[in-house]
Amino acid sequence: MWQWFFRLGSPKWFYEMSGKWLPWLLVLMTVLMSVGVFWALLFVPQDYQQGDTIRIMYVHVPVASISLACFPLMAIAGVITLVWKMKLADMVAKCAAPIGAWFTAVALATGAIWGQPIWGTWWAWDARLTSMLIQFFLLIGVIALRSAIESPDAAAKACALLAIVGAINVPIIKYSVEWWNTLHQPASEFSMDEGNAFGPEIWVPLLIMIFAVYCFFVISLILSTRNEILQRERRAQWVMDIVAKEQV
Amino acid sequence: MFEHIQFNSVAEFLQMGKYTFHVWSVYGLFTVFILVNLFLPRVQRRQFIREQRNKALRDAQLAKNTAVEQERDGASGEAS
Repeated sequence: MWQWFFRLGSPKWFYEMSGKWLPWLLVLMTVLMSVGVFWALLFVPQDYQQGDTIRIMYVHVPVASISLACFPLMAIAGVITLVWKMKLADMVAKCAAPIGAWFTAVALATGAIWGQPIWGTWWAWDARLTSMLIQFFLLIGVIALRSAIESPDAAAKACALLAIVGAINVPIIKYSVEWWNTLHQPASEFSMDEGNAFGPEIWVPLLIMIFAVYCFFVISLILSTRNEILQRERRAQWVMDIVAKEQV
Repeated sequence: MFEHIQFNSVAEFLQMGKYTFHVWSVYGLFTVFILVNLFLPRVQRRQFIREQRNKALRDAQLAKNTAVEQERDGASGEAS
């Protein structure tokens, strides 16, 4: 078990394995994304109140919910960095921050575009929206902190701590719609009955889109972690071999 | 399957009821978001490999020059 754990922490091992996973993940993402987008745009029935804006949900909800995975991921990687000083964990944490910021920004933007016709406003200082905006600034903070500290070890420790503290915001975002009276609607309850407001004809494509966007998140995290590995291990012989061989 | 399509014509599909701008801008943004995040790492990777190759070339050139200089210095040393 421990041997496996530490082998996983070896950048070279991760680089080689992830190279094998990537094509499969890309195929899976393309299939899920095509099915999900076609279903959402063509087959999902119009909402009786929201009309065709219901189709925005199939982008907004997956992107927003996966943006919440970012801080817990960085916090776990942070604990591993602090306790076991595993190099790979810090590389993943470093790469997750900008990707998380992208996801949060897209969630906020698509939410604003959806809110404009439905709530009559692009933005409201509502608990859900505000806590999401705080997550965005926290992620920018993590990125800025890392670039501000010169020593890579000190930067890794400081970012690990900030990620652990920042993860407190995630349950606040999640439960904001229940704890406070918000303009943002609470999560809908899945129902098995067709014809229900949130029946299978609505949530099956949503689930497909959530898996598709998850695949996308994992792929972009792997791609940028691989670059980070090459950068940090550039003096290792195996990286020099890759540099010498690859066609560009 | 096709009888479940919610639109009667392509024009109706493109119009998305009253919400042409809202629906299509969200899907457009989503597409850009995905493409940028998949292609940016590729660009960065190529850039890294080019930089490392140039650096290796420079290092090799430098080593060669130093070797030539040392040889010349050594030769002139012997002559005097």
